[in-house]
Amino acid sequence: MAELIVFWVFAPLAVASGIAMLLQRNAVYSALFLVVNFFALAVFFLMLGAEFLFAVQIIVYAGAIMVLFLFVIMLLGVDREERLVEPIRWQRPLGIFLGVGITAEIFAAVRAGVGFAAKAPGGFALVNQGGNAQAIAKVLFTDYFLPFEITSILLIVAAVAAMVLAHRRRGAVSGPPPAGPARPQPDREAEVAG
Amino acid sequence: MGWLDWMLLLARIVLTFFMLLFALVIVIWLERKFIADMQTRPGPLRAGPRGVLITLADGMKLFFKESFVPTLADRPVYLIAPILAVVPAFLAFSVIPWGTHVTLFGREIPFQIADLNIGILWVLAMTSMTVYAVVLAGWSSGSNYPLLGSVRSSAQMISYEVGMGLALISVLMFTGHLKMSEIVAGQGGYYWGFVPRWNFIPQFPAFLLYLIAGLAETNRPPFDLPEAESELVAGFHTEYSGWRFAMLYLGEYLNTITVAAIATTLFLGGWRGPHPSFLPWLWPIAWFALKILVIFYVYVWIRGTMPRIRYDRLMAFGWKLLIPLGLFWVLATGTIVLLPGLYGSRGRLVAVGLIVGIGMLLLLAADVLERPRSRSREGASP
Repeated sequence: MAELIVFWVFAPLAVASGIAMLLQRNAVYSALFLVVNFFALAVFFLMLGAEFLFAVQIIVYAGAIMVLFLFVIMLLGVDREERLVEPIRWQRPLGIFLGVGITAEIFAAVRAGVGFAAKAPGGFALVNQGGNAQAIAKVLFTDYFLPFEITSILLIVAAVAAMVLAHRRRGAVSGPPPAGPARPQPDREAEVAG
Repeated sequence: MGWLDWMLLLARIVLTFFMLLFALVIVIWLERKFIADMQTRPGPLRAGPRGVLITLADGMKLFFKESFVPTLADRPVYLIAPILAVVPAFLAFSVIPWGTHVTLFGREIPFQIADLNIGILWVLAMTSMTVYAVVLAGWSSGSNYPLLGSVRSSAQMISYEVGMGLALISVLMFTGHLKMSEIVAGQGGYYWGFVPRWNFIPQFPAFLLYLIAGLAETNRPPFDLPEAESELVAGFHTEYSGWRFAMLYLGEYLNTITVAAIATTLFLGGWRGPHPSFLPWLWPIAWFALKILVIFYVYVWIRGTMPRIRYDRLMAFGWKLLIPLGLFWVLATGTIVLLPGLYGSRGRLVAVGLIVGIGMLLLLAADVLERPRSRSREGASP
């Protein structure tokens, strides 16, 4: 009963915040709706008994990534209106195609994996007996050890790449050259931001 | 669960909430008294005996003042930010055991709202939310000084969260539990019959790391750059007034109390302490409060002694000292935990040797890496 109430509070919230995130013009509001969405998803993890995923969802997504996201948005500037004409013409049909494709794929994967039952599969409680975090640790560091390590290497590569790209050598001219128009050209910037 | 259990749960939540509010009133007064004592002045005197009601008086004043919204502010975000400052701070406290238990109506009732399986992860999740309050408050004010403060705070809090996480990881590896109640239970007993078996003795580097990172996480001096009043007026809360400012202020102190409470639970044995046999539920609460106060006094002491550090040094300190130290200590803890099991009692000796060796190698490496840069800097300046 209590579970049902929680679900009917958070399920509409998740859907509404997701839609609001997409429709919102202001990038910061968009980011904030994404945080709300992540929170609602975290509550679903908790309801399913995946406590560790709940905590990780909040710490990693809602905590760290969103703060960085906000940081970037602020530095790029938010008050500028987004241009409605798309610079890349074939982007929209391709986006629709890929969106439909991944929806179908998720649908098929869920159906093949656990099915559309309302409850978690039977073995779940048994696996979680010693605690959810412990169960995940056992699987992650035995069966899925290699993918786990490869993912971490991937993240390190990304971090190093970001540092190399962002690093300016001392003495080199930083930023745009002083000559040229005093105001930045709006079209150029919109492309970079988009 | 019957209705009685629900009522007891509700009572526990309300009790914890009011205990925290009471603690806030006391702690803010104590900070002002401590700092006044260090600066040889009397501090607050007028409201109540020795000025103990100063927090209440300030709170009343702020509630009756106009809570002004600037014209350039982003209204919805500006209104939400103070609430975001307080709610996660209260939620983080809900997993902390601040006493043993009492037996009421034939049930054993712990002084803890929820003993979650993921205990400490819950605290991390909630404290990572407090960044939002600062960032959003600063951004939505529509003014330059708050924006600068919020940008500083987002970088600072993310950086020091890593060091804090590393400190927590090494304690968790050492105790082997995520549940708060089990972490406290694991700290019972004594070394050599008289030294309490609290985690801060074998995990002293992690304890220091946690205290320093906690100082930076709560924006307290000497890491109070988001609100550096000599540079940024008042930082992220410059444009706030009335009860909204009060919320931001309360949130900051709540976070400080939470950080001290976590340090107490993880490192100082939680509510444990010797006590007489009458009223056995009261003494643990007193011990818990005493330990929190000790940590809080250290924080005020640091505030009274240290000047605010410069922004680049803050970042260098976090990334180049605290995080490598944290990584090294995680490695060392792993060695301490695993080697005795693999190689018997001689493993402990090997572990200590390995830790010292790796530590010295790291120091050497740091020295070698650091040297050319410092030399060139000396050469550049006449």
